[in-house]
Amino acid sequence: MSETDTEGRRIANEARDRVRFEEEALGLSDQVFRVARGLVNSREEAEDLVQQTYERAFRSWRSFTPGTNLRAWLLRILTNLNIDRARRVKRRPETQPMEEGDYFLYNKLEESAGRPLEEERVVERLSQDDVVGALSAVPHDFRDVLVLVDIGDFSYQDAAQILDIPIGTVMSRLHRARRVLKQELADRAVEVT
Amino acid sequence: MDPCDHCEEVMQPFLDRSLSLEEQVSVETHLETCPWCSKRFRFERELRGYVRVACSEEMPSNLKAKLAALRTPLL
Repeated sequence: MSETDTEGRRIANEARDRVRFEEEALGLSDQVFRVARGLVNSREEAEDLVQQTYERAFRSWRSFTPGTNLRAWLLRILTNLNIDRARRVKRRPETQPMEEGDYFLYNKLEESAGRPLEEERVVERLSQDDVVGALSAVPHDFRDVLVLVDIGDFSYQDAAQILDIPIGTVMSRLHRARRVLKQELADRAVEVT
Repeated sequence: MDPCDHCEEVMQPFLDRSLSLEEQVSVETHLETCPWCSKRFRFERELRGYVRVACSEEMPSNLKAKLAALRTPLL
């Protein structure tokens, strides 16, 4: 076989691998968008972030190891871009919210209703806007973990890898984030009741 | 520690199923006998699902097209 043939085959194989990679990555875009939307405060920002993620992913596709978790790989690019973006916009220093226990939200809802609640319908006292607003009020480091695990369905292990933090930190931030979210929800839900 | 305080403290790892088997069983036993905690447990479980649904905005279709356009053109 001539050298040109070998080179031709190499190029053909690479093109095939690249197409396969791009197709697979595009197939995950709904899930990538969902996480992005949770991480930032507007739909437009989420769209920009996803676009930048795919631009970078397609440029550096060779650094992806086939057979490993592509969804986690894409999300790692996305969360890094998001951190850079947040640095650029210089967000206000985040105040550390007081932390209430896990029953806080339910207790508040019941208190504001002035009677024990029909428990099956309690979540309906919270509107979608309440939830989206409450999520955006969770400090970023905590929110990233919450969005990856509770909205993106990533394991603790994957979230640790994506954010490049120890798994113990994922667990403690997640615990804290869920409590802060409930506290923010309580503030919103009780205001309108 | 008061059993209900303890139950509140471990509610999240309980729902994540990350407690030891022994702890998991002890929480289950408490929930069977404590209406106060079991109400709050069911709320917590429902809330997680609700948060996921409430925060899941569908991806705009034009974004899909934009992403597809980023693919390397085939020669």
